[in-house]
Amino acid sequence: MITKQLSVFLENETARLCAVADTLAKNHINIRALSLADTAEFGILRLIVDQPEKGREVLANEGIVVRLTNVLALSAQDAPGGALGALRVLAESGINVEYMYAYVAKVSGKAIMIVQVEDMEVAEEILRRHGFDEADFAGFGD
Amino acid sequence: MKYLNSKEECMSYDELRALQSRRLCEQVRRSYERVECFRRRMDEKGLRPGDIRGVEDLHLLPFSYKKDLRDYYPYGLFAVPMKDVVRLHASSGTTGKRIVVGYTRNDLDMWGECVARMMAGLGVTAEDIVQVSFGYGLFTGGFGAHSGAERLGATVIPISSGNTANQIQTMVDFGATVLCCTPSYAMYLGEEAERMGVQDQLRLRIGIFGAEPWSENMRRKIEEKLGLRAYDIYGLSEVLGPGVACECSEQAGMHVWEDHFIAETINPDTGEVLPEGEVGELVFTSLTKEAFPVIRYRTRDICRLIREDCPCGRTHVRMSKPSGRTDDMLIIRGVNVFPSQIEEVLLRVSGNRITPNYQIVLDRVNNTDTFDVNVEMSEAFFSDNVRAIEALERNITEQLRSTLGIGAKVHLVNPKTIVRSEGKARRVVDNRSGKM
Repeated sequence: MITKQLSVFLENETARLCAVADTLAKNHINIRALSLADTAEFGILRLIVDQPEKGREVLANEGIVVRLTNVLALSAQDAPGGALGALRVLAESGINVEYMYAYVAKVSGKAIMIVQVEDMEVAEEILRRHGFDEADFAGFGD
Repeated sequence: MKYLNSKEECMSYDELRALQSRRLCEQVRRSYERVECFRRRMDEKGLRPGDIRGVEDLHLLPFSYKKDLRDYYPYGLFAVPMKDVVRLHASSGTTGKRIVVGYTRNDLDMWGECVARMMAGLGVTAEDIVQVSFGYGLFTGGFGAHSGAERLGATVIPISSGNTANQIQTMVDFGATVLCCTPSYAMYLGEEAERMGVQDQLRLRIGIFGAEPWSENMRRKIEEKLGLRAYDIYGLSEVLGPGVACECSEQAGMHVWEDHFIAETINPDTGEVLPEGEVGELVFTSLTKEAFPVIRYRTRDICRLIREDCPCGRTHVRMSKPSGRTDDMLIIRGVNVFPSQIEEVLLRVSGNRITPNYQIVLDRVNNTDTFDVNVEMSEAFFSDNVRAIEALERNITEQLRSTLGIGAKVHLVNPKTIVRSEGKARRVVDNRSGKM
């Protein structure tokens, strides 16, 4: 359930976002999910890719500030209330969500939730106990 | 034409040289006896005080430097016992460690006289009301202007700097006729007076401005906004404070009071003395200072000396406005800033791991300096957490403010985006020239 995410620093310029996408494409790294957080001054691009280690390396080689971070990736039903179950479990366990983003897989028809929490191992354990599944990335271009 | 002291201010060149020679020999002898640093440098050159027979031998003497003030901090360069020191001034430690200078009662009298000569020459009298909006405190500006005005018997308003609306109200209510402050603050006061709609109620006639670079263009704007004639005053605390050199009514260069100071311009690389009129580094020797004498002190200011006759009748040499510095010191909103201070802050913020690449960008908007610091993001600084990065930005901003004493806008930028030339990052981009 814990998976590797690439976090990339972006000064607020469109060209830099292109440079990241371009570098990954050239190196045949597939982006499965992404989210862009931005402030007035800068942005953080968060990516789930098929080869995170290689992704980090090729981006760093381009002088891009990048870091591998752990996030939770789990599956949910693509239906009203689909995300609610996992969020409720986390809330009831007193685990704070720092950020999250979600995508729907083409093939499985399931939603994938990427969740950042403070205490990752504890959150993973609790979610497993409540029967939440490992994210199924099938349909994300594999 | 008005003089405070026409005998000294207008003495012939030959008389002046003779007076300087006599005083120089005395100053060298006293410094040799009492200041270890100077004695050691003389000994290293194999020089005895008796080898200096007059101004013509000045070039033989060793230079002194800002660094000496740090190395001998606090009192190592004083030439009198502390019981004779009646005042200390200090600079805020712009290069890391601060410096301190001392004055005897005679030194303070001489200082007051230097400033009073300027004021008297511009027509300031006991009838005038002088608002001193230079900062009072360890900085020499406030007390320097104050002592000159008091020496003339003028009425002094020792308001110090800051609280602009109150400054303007005071000017209006108390009927100030003379204003002393930094030129950028004068500009700001002018704009605020305009905004408050009280320009017509101002009675200012004379402005004495200094402690930072300013242009002729800015002079005209200040004169227009405040309805006064603006004059430049030069000084540095190591040598005295404001009043070492002052403009006269001609507004064409600042007279160095040569009965108290000798000015030279030198080639900063070789130390060779340049003929008067050539642009070089300004070097001062004090002739009458007791507590903190300086001999051939390197100011790092670049200017030229003008020996031609001045229509004001004073014989003392004039110096042009400094056109730059020989070191990397920046003057931002009147405050001295060294790039090395910014480096120290960044190193500290990174937990002493790395100094990130950075660039200082200066500009002038509405006659006020803007000060931006771009810092290249690196893996050591980066976090996946937006709040952590915002906190980092704030931390850098706050530490810069407490270290430099002025605020900077901090921007985190992509790595390798700061322009490099020959592999070395360009640390300072100064877009202010021509906008003053």
